Amino acid sequence: MLSSDRVFGAIVIIGSLAYVASAAQIAAPFFSDPLGSKAFPMGVGLVAALCGVMMILSPDDDPDWPPLRALGALVISTVLLVGYAYALKPLGFLIPTAIASAVLSYQINPRPLPALLTGLGLSIGLYLLFRYILGLSLFGFPRDWF
Amino acid sequence: MDILSNLALGFGIALSPYTLMLAVLGCFIGTIVGALPGLGPSNGVAIMIPITFTLGLDAVAALVLLTSIYYGAMYGGRISSILLNIPGDEPAMMTCLDGHPMAKNGRPGDALVISGVASFVGATLSTIGLMFLAPILSNVAYQFGPAEYFALYLLAFCTLGGLAAKNQAKALFASCLGIMIAMIGLDPNSGMARLTGGNLHLYDGVDFLVAIVGLFAVSEVFFFIEKHGKQGALNIVLEKVTVPWAELWSTRWTMARSSVIGFIAGVLPGAGASLGSFLTYISEKSIAGEKGGFGTGVAKGIAAPEVGNNAAAGGALVPMLTLGVPGSGTTAVLLAVLVTLNITPGPTLFTERPDVVWGLIASLLIANFVLLAMNVPLVKIFVKILDLPPAILMPGVTMVSFVGIFALTGSYFDLLLVVAFGVLGYVLRKLDVPTVPVILGILLGGKMEKQLRDAMVLSDGDWTYLFSSGISIGLFAAAFLGFIAPMFLRRIIRKPVLTDGQGR
Repeated sequence: MLSSDRVFGAIVIIGSLAYVASAAQIAAPFFSDPLGSKAFPMGVGLVAALCGVMMILSPDDDPDWPPLRALGALVISTVLLVGYAYALKPLGFLIPTAIASAVLSYQINPRPLPALLTGLGLSIGLYLLFRYILGLSLFGFPRDWF
Repeated sequence: MDILSNLALGFGIALSPYTLMLAVLGCFIGTIVGALPGLGPSNGVAIMIPITFTLGLDAVAALVLLTSIYYGAMYGGRISSILLNIPGDEPAMMTCLDGHPMAKNGRPGDALVISGVASFVGATLSTIGLMFLAPILSNVAYQFGPAEYFALYLLAFCTLGGLAAKNQAKALFASCLGIMIAMIGLDPNSGMARLTGGNLHLYDGVDFLVAIVGLFAVSEVFFFIEKHGKQGALNIVLEKVTVPWAELWSTRWTMARSSVIGFIAGVLPGAGASLGSFLTYISEKSIAGEKGGFGTGVAKGIAAPEVGNNAAAGGALVPMLTLGVPGSGTTAVLLAVLVTLNITPGPTLFTERPDVVWGLIASLLIANFVLLAMNVPLVKIFVKILDLPPAILMPGVTMVSFVGIFALTGSYFDLLLVVAFGVLGYVLRKLDVPTVPVILGILLGGKMEKQLRDAMVLSDGDWTYLFSSGISIGLFAAAFLGFIAPMFLRRIIRKPVLTDGQGR
């Protein structure tokens, strides 16, 4: 039977072995200590792979995975946050934060107007808090606007 | 009296108006964070760390602020347990068992007061225990060499899953994952890049603050999105808050016993507050027997786990301060705080930075009194917090976490890592893989490798050196037992399950 734990165990084994393989590629320096730079990461990787084997041999009950719709919301939020990470520096604090928090708020409680207000409120409120009370050096807008 | 003079030094630092103000502020923020459903001490402190550092506070001030937040969140956690039956954090789970029934029986005020006083007793007694035990343990720790430290780290990782995790393989994997992430970056011995995949951003390694914020805070946001913010509505009306003196007095022996048990559970590596509240509740339940009415909302059932988890929180500081090995998730976060402040916990901390240690202990004692005042007469203010809808709260938490990390490192790459750790944390928690060992692995993995390599240098590659002292053999044996024992104990001790809460 294909349980979540078995799939995860397989991923763990493949990932750990790939880690061990890339640790084995570490070039040895001229002067090395007796243990060297490879041994410890390789050992830990092997233990992790063993854990993966254990997960396949004795899997737990499946968790309740969210329905497709909630999964979609999670993917949208992840993409949004990745976009936010790229946008924060070039676009300044206010605009990306307003958009990101409005969309996140909508994902948690799908009502457009409160979500919009949450976005605006959080973006302006947090900007004032960070910039003027805590004194962080944040740029509110793209730097070439003013 | 060494302790008294040291304590005087500590209070001299902690009682300055500025530090006192930080302690009060920290307690206030902490209680709010703890009271928010879904946010507990570890994610609360995690969000606050980056912000605190960007403020440029000095070491003692930052430590006082963050530990006050930590203690405050421990106190605040019981508010959502009792009124909503939603524990903010795992240690607060046991408080639901009797706290929520008592609140439903029309006595929410009494439940909050009893648990507040219980938190105070547990935390204060364990802080006193910390004062006596920590210096003794740090004397022992002076004899630790690389082999002993390596064994100690192994012990911490082996026992961390403990009784809390359902599956030993998953807990161990979580530790390995953390250590594997810690290996990324420059090799400290040779100075060459390892396992970075050629990505220049990874040459400095993965910052544990990034991992903590992602695994604890951002993954929590994902859980809220999945649940669409459904939470138990506050249907309990809190009217007048009075102090039920007689009932409090009737729990005096419960509190005394639970303080001791909780403190010991906290000192043990890897056990922490969850085990503390679990053990105290179970033992008080069996002492009271069938007639005790545990589970229906009795005072002792509220007092025991609340004393236990706060006593364990204090106890967990002992191995963290003296050995640099945290006993629980929240102490792991506090260790991250110390490391970021350039303070290395360990036996030398007590001789080299007595101002830090005793200032911290004094401020913990002060924080307890402040928290007692805030949590008994002023508890109604914090109850209001529960009305804050998650659709506003959770985006706010996300943005604060992101800005904190961004202000600290100024790199978009770290923000991407935060998102990645958030997704990882969500998947791991879904699959019942504990996330605390991952953090601990990232924090301690590098040190663990360094101790092993130092041991091999000292012995010129002879593996038997690792088992050459009594202390290290004892630690290795304890690590082995600590890993094996839960597999058998778990069959005997069954965790009581929450009836209708969202226990995690």
